[in-house]
Amino acid sequence: MAVASNTGLGRALFGAALGLFASTSITANAAEQITFVSQGGAYQKAQTVAILDPSAKKLGITINQDSIPDAWPVIKSQVASGKPIWDVVDVPTGYCLRGGEQGLIEKLDFSKIPNAAAMPEAYRNAYSVAYEFYSSVLAYSQKKYPEGATPNSWADFWDVKKFPGRRALRNHPIATLEAALMADGVAPEKLYPLDVDRAFKKLEEIKPNITVWWTSGAQSAQLLNDGEVDMVMAWNGRVSALTKEGAKVAYTYNQGILQSTSLCILKGAPNLATAVKFLNEAVDPVHQANLPLHIDYGPANPKAFDTGVVKPERVAQLPSAPDNAKKQALMSYAWWASPDGEAAEKRWVSFVQK
Amino acid sequence: MLALASPALLVILLLIVLPVGWLAWQSIYHDGFTLENYRRILSEAIYWRSFSLTFQISLLVTLLALLLGYPIAYAASVVPKGWSVLILALVILPFWTSALVRAYAWLALLQRTGVVNQFLQYLGIIDEPLALVHNTFGTVVATVHILLPFMVLPLYATMQKIPHDLMQAGASLGGSPSHTFWRIFLPLSLPGVLAGTTLVFVLCLGFYITPELLGGGRTVMVSLLVSRNVELYDQWGAASAVGVVLLVSVLVIFLIVGRFIPLDRILGQK
Repeated sequence: MAVASNTGLGRALFGAALGLFASTSITANAAEQITFVSQGGAYQKAQTVAILDPSAKKLGITINQDSIPDAWPVIKSQVASGKPIWDVVDVPTGYCLRGGEQGLIEKLDFSKIPNAAAMPEAYRNAYSVAYEFYSSVLAYSQKKYPEGATPNSWADFWDVKKFPGRRALRNHPIATLEAALMADGVAPEKLYPLDVDRAFKKLEEIKPNITVWWTSGAQSAQLLNDGEVDMVMAWNGRVSALTKEGAKVAYTYNQGILQSTSLCILKGAPNLATAVKFLNEAVDPVHQANLPLHIDYGPANPKAFDTGVVKPERVAQLPSAPDNAKKQALMSYAWWASPDGEAAEKRWVSFVQK
Repeated sequence: MLALASPALLVILLLIVLPVGWLAWQSIYHDGFTLENYRRILSEAIYWRSFSLTFQISLLVTLLALLLGYPIAYAASVVPKGWSVLILALVILPFWTSALVRAYAWLALLQRTGVVNQFLQYLGIIDEPLALVHNTFGTVVATVHILLPFMVLPLYATMQKIPHDLMQAGASLGGSPSHTFWRIFLPLSLPGVLAGTTLVFVLCLGFYITPELLGGGRTVMVSLLVSRNVELYDQWGAASAVGVVLLVSVLVIFLIVGRFIPLDRILGQK
């Protein structure tokens, strides 16, 4: 991560320097363009086919792409330089909110983004609009827990007597505190504001049985695949990738934590107007419906399910499909961006360290 | 001489002194002078715990590297030339593989279904797989492996210069091999020991890859706190202050060691 953000910073500085020379010549070139940044890999490839290329074609613009695993430090440095080179970023929704509050992200005018205005209010905020959904789910080894004896809730995950075995959780409070509270009996729709003390107390209970606190999605999948752990909280796409390779693993959407990445625009973005146009196009129901044809993430615009593009059996696999969504807890990024949320995040290291 | 050195000095100034200076400046200046970042490090327990863990792990790694590295360097310094080249080549060979790849290799070896556990179970020595990784143990094993060349090379450089006549002279006066080793060879090799241990200890203090990949999330060494603070706080200073404290600790160690041994010897000049 450190390397990647350094490159990004370098590029930002280089780009800023280049921008001084380029700004005069761009006006001569009529074609509108934006720089779009996501997280790379299979995920960015899927978006390119499903959303980015079709949007570019429809709007008649050029979409330059960049990718970085963790965009946050680069957003900070680009905006601080006064001459950002990125326009639109696809990042965990919390970063858009935090960035908005810190003046790093442009406020959106939803009258110019009609597609987003039609989305549920919980899927957007003043600075960003949800782009795709994934879920933090309970995944398990089918070898260890065969049919009929599978863990199905966070209470089961916490129940080491009924479900003996090794466990892993993410080395991060986001979604983990939610799971702890659900294990303690809090209903998915009554989670927020999180009772942080209660969550950490519940986590202390399971801590001796946690073999690994994982840091990357790839690691969570590898742990389950190698039999290093029998049960893990992981992102649905990582687990379904394993099942496609034939691994004997499964997951449940029951009590999953539904999370999103969102699109937001850097403060002072060089192509603000085009960026807003792109934002609207990116959440167009048809483009959105195309995304799950290429990767295991769910559309952020529920109207995508009305387009008929996604077949019913595929819909059943998607985290944001209405039937799956209602079994899950919708993450409140607003809470995590609040002072209480930030305090909970700071408390985490002290918890895993002891 | 100065003219010849000036391009190198310029590079050092541009690539090391300026960025480090900028880093230090960020840690005390954010919309005005502030010691908030240092106050946090002093007052919050996580920093104390991480620094203490990092120093403990570094000491352990250094000790293990010395115990493993000393016999290797000794062997390389006493065997005929051809053999010593082979031994040193084997020590340096892992250098050509990235530390990241080696850390993953250790994961494959040490995990529950890994080679080591399966072999031990096959032999019937253990029934249940041992927890060899995702903890401090795995971190230490891999770190020792990665840092071992930094111990062996300075040791070898020193040992190779010890005249073997001295041990023969000792033997001719009736000293047993172990006596001549303890009384003559070991004391003469001490500068190499100090050089090797200092290098390994200092490198280990800032190690990131092995605790991140093999520590199971519990082994929060100082380097991990640096990256965490980048994510958690809204200014670089919160992270750079941790780096500055680590850098100052390293400098203090160098100063203390420098009182006992000329620093140029650590750098292999004499």
